[in-house]
Amino acid sequence: MTWSEMQPLLEQACWDTLYMVGWSTLIAVVGGLPLGVLLVLTDRGGLLQNVVANKVIGQVVNVARSMPFIILMVALMGFTRSITGTTIGREAAIVPLAIGAIPFFARLVETAVREVDGGLVEAVQSMGGNTWTIVRKVLVPESLPSLIASTTTTIVALIGYSAMAGTVGAGGLGDIAIRYGYQRFETQLMWITVAILAVVISLIQFAGDYAARSLHSRGGQSGPAPKLRLLKASTADTKTV
Amino acid sequence: MCPRTTSLPYQGTPTPAYSTVTETPVITTSGLTKVYRSRGREVTALDGVDLHVREGEVYGVIGQSGAGKSSLIRCVNLLERPTAGTVTVAGQDLTALAGRGPRAGKELRQARSRIGMVFQHFNLLSTRTVQDNVELPLEILGKNGRERSRKALELLDLVGLADQAKAYPAQLSGGQKQRVGIARALAGDPKVLLSDEATSALDPETTRSILQLLRDLNRQLDLTVLLITHEMDVVKSICDSAALMENGRIVESGTVSELLATPGSELAAALFPVGGEATGEDRTVVDVTFQGEAATQPVVSQLSRTYNIDISILGAAIDTVGGLQVGRMRIELPGRYEDNVVPIGFLREQGLQIDVVGESQLVKEGAK
Repeated sequence: MTWSEMQPLLEQACWDTLYMVGWSTLIAVVGGLPLGVLLVLTDRGGLLQNVVANKVIGQVVNVARSMPFIILMVALMGFTRSITGTTIGREAAIVPLAIGAIPFFARLVETAVREVDGGLVEAVQSMGGNTWTIVRKVLVPESLPSLIASTTTTIVALIGYSAMAGTVGAGGLGDIAIRYGYQRFETQLMWITVAILAVVISLIQFAGDYAARSLHSRGGQSGPAPKLRLLKASTADTKTV
Repeated sequence: MCPRTTSLPYQGTPTPAYSTVTETPVITTSGLTKVYRSRGREVTALDGVDLHVREGEVYGVIGQSGAGKSSLIRCVNLLERPTAGTVTVAGQDLTALAGRGPRAGKELRQARSRIGMVFQHFNLLSTRTVQDNVELPLEILGKNGRERSRKALELLDLVGLADQAKAYPAQLSGGQKQRVGIARALAGDPKVLLSDEATSALDPETTRSILQLLRDLNRQLDLTVLLITHEMDVVKSICDSAALMENGRIVESGTVSELLATPGSELAAALFPVGGEATGEDRTVVDVTFQGEAATQPVVSQLSRTYNIDISILGAAIDTVGGLQVGRMRIELPGRYEDNVVPIGFLREQGLQIDVVGESQLVKEGAK
């Protein structure tokens, strides 16, 4: 394959990946954030302590997380059709991607929110704040650097998942690598795809780290120097593709 | 009432000598009991605590960690639900507002917004500037932006941090953070301020300036302050009244002068630790406590001249407690107690409080 043949393929694949990952990340954040916060609030000793609700949400999240993505995609086909009207193409891939990422992100949110100092919650309670105020003014803003880091991790994981979306004809970089690179022995194209993915993931990780750090360092808290994990992070993360 | 519109200098100004204490009770707890249950074990943190804090006073609850102080102050604004007993703040029975279940209803939340609270670890939001931290309670009260920033700046001025409004908590020193905490606690115009070990994370110098600030606020704003601490110095420097807690109970309480006038008071002894052992078998050791007028009388030389005895001073401490000049002196008289009944009687006649050391072990040694 010549470069002029590869170029349009790669361009289209980049856009497809971006499109799928962008939308599914958005949905995962919108869905996972409240779920993660609820996991903390309903836990024993939480502000909305509800052991039953906590167990149920926790179990749903666990089951959804333990399902291999390719199985989830097939299992959700009926649901996907009812939403997008089709089970193939980019839009159809967004549904299982988002559903797979929601519990993943929710667990990360849970961990991040748990880190918030209980004294801050107590302070707002002593001012007469209700639970919603505490969530809005304390739990979410105070864990924002961690939440951004969690979002970065989710995006990287979604790029990995999206490679499998090729099986429903959704295209994307991972799909190109498998169909052209692997199945048609276009080794050169495969390596180019892998390189593009490595660069994309590095950029996302870098941007995420930077955003989290700049929020964290607001107010002069001097943490450790920014980790330049371009190579390390990218090799580790592209394994999932 | 608008004392808050005038800025209050926070350092180096002598505290006005008048007291704002009235007889109106502001915080009253009766039979307050808190039992923690976990895994079948029961821990009684509060065991029938009756507390009476009068309007305008600075009331210190002192005790070692685990004595129940923290539970007590958290029960006052119902951050902890008492197992039994009632809490009344400014005439309002908070325990009645609490309702069932762990969540605070609207009425309780409104009542809380009128009780300020400052914390040992400040509990400032790290992602908000100093000003935004002070505005937080005003946001909860639903005040609009202009009103919030006006009030916040006014309060920051009051605590002496007007120039740090745009800084983030991480850029401030411990003492400055606590000033922000105090400004924030005052945002809802509370009549009552709860202080949970507010100076325990601070160095001695900063502790003094924060205590001075609390004292000034108490005087200028008629603010009633209930504080818990494990440092006797805190009680000594700003409290009008104090209570000693042990094992979830209040074992001693009263105004500082009442306590000092109580024979064998542990708190009094701890406020004025005087050392010194008898130099021989046939000696009588007497602790003399002076208060107010008596503090300036030359009792020792009078005693010496009147009875022609030699008096040695083993130890002495003179200090100002809650604006009162008080002192304690440990003196030694020759002869046994039986030989000194008359001179001791003389001392008592002078209006001094006399504790004979060794007689029924009135002064507990080692109490700090």
